[in-house]
Amino acid sequence: MDNTRRICIPSSGPETGDLVDDRFGRAPFFMIYDTGTKKTEGHKNPACDGMGGVGPKAAQFLITHGVTVLVAERVGGNALEALKAGGIAVLLFDKKGATVGDAIEAFLQGELGEQ
Amino acid sequence: MPSKHFSRVNSGNSDLPFSYVPETSDNIDDTLIMKVTVASGKGGTGKSMVAANLAWALSETSPVTLVDCDVEEPNLHLFFPQDPIEREEVTVPVPSIDLDRCTFCGDCAGFCAYGALLVTKDRVLFFPDLCHSCGGCSLICLAGAIKETQRSIGTLTLRHISDRLHIVTGTLQEGDVLATKVIREAKRIAERPGWIVYDASPGTSCPVVETLQGSDLCLLVTESTPFGLHDLELAYSVTSYMGIPSGVVINLSDGRDKETRAFCEEKEIPVFATIPFDRWIAHVQGVGDLISRRDSFWKDRFIALGMACCSRVEEL
Repeated sequence: MDNTRRICIPSSGPETGDLVDDRFGRAPFFMIYDTGTKKTEGHKNPACDGMGGVGPKAAQFLITHGVTVLVAERVGGNALEALKAGGIAVLLFDKKGATVGDAIEAFLQGELGEQ
Repeated sequence: MPSKHFSRVNSGNSDLPFSYVPETSDNIDDTLIMKVTVASGKGGTGKSMVAANLAWALSETSPVTLVDCDVEEPNLHLFFPQDPIEREEVTVPVPSIDLDRCTFCGDCAGFCAYGALLVTKDRVLFFPDLCHSCGGCSLICLAGAIKETQRSIGTLTLRHISDRLHIVTGTLQEGDVLATKVIREAKRIAERPGWIVYDASPGTSCPVVETLQGSDLCLLVTESTPFGLHDLELAYSVTSYMGIPSGVVINLSDGRDKETRAFCEEKEIPVFATIPFDRWIAHVQGVGDLISRRDSFWKDRFIALGMACCSRVEEL
């Protein structure tokens, strides 16, 4: 049984060495880590500059990219509702000054709880 | 530059800020159609006070429709005891998705500029507060799964105060956001001959612009404080951008208003009236009465304000 999971981490830049962004909908980049291939893809967040409705648009992006887990600090109301509807688990990661790589490590160690 | 109908009277007591000196006889034109928006910039300067008094005073001899365009918090009806004689719902079209026809392709969500639709592999989520009723999703759906239905977002009421005075009130439902639609509908049912006085919401954003559209003149109500002046400048930038002539009413005046008058002079905006910061005025308005209803002195001054508006529009 394939239990590969795709984890999204909001990021300030496109590399795993970049700092995690504490927002979700308006984070400039979404890093997606695949537990099967153990590779990380960097994607620009297409919704981040929008005037409104950014949360649902960001959630839609995750759904379209097969993400099932979001590791983030702050997630807005509309985004939370959209993520829930999409069956995406939302885990809390609020370590200050952490990189994307740190967040992935914390997830793999099972240190993170649901928001 | 003050209107030719005014001469400013300096009084020590600040209870006679100006007096009306008629140059011609006071025949009111029966075919007059004059649309005035009362706006400000800063909240609390006295828009509703000016709008309600102006409407009341003018309705003595002309037909007037007073329109409450502050649809998030309408208050003009508080000055009048009459109940509404008519009530109408305001609705907006929103998508209704037939899940039997939907293929979950996600095209509708991809098209929506407002993030109002979310499509998963087996569900479609709709966020009504984000929808701007553009109709794009129903057009783009190849499966024909999206139908437009009407969603209620507010109400309109009409009050008959006298044979010459009517009040239209637009009220946006609490929690809803599309104020502009309610304003547009309120203005639609207020299209009646005579004066139409629109009481705008504070500020300078979409609801105020919607209210101002099509006005002959804008009365900018300010107060003699730095905040009042700052926001008057913002409001004036909107009216001048929209090409709508304006006139200023300085309310809650300290009798000097140096910076405000300097700004008006620099931009050549006439100061039509000055209303003093006065305890009696605050009391009367505070109990829900109108100074022009209580005292014919003030009724005459608001009639003069109306005439100043007409002159201003005529001279341009």
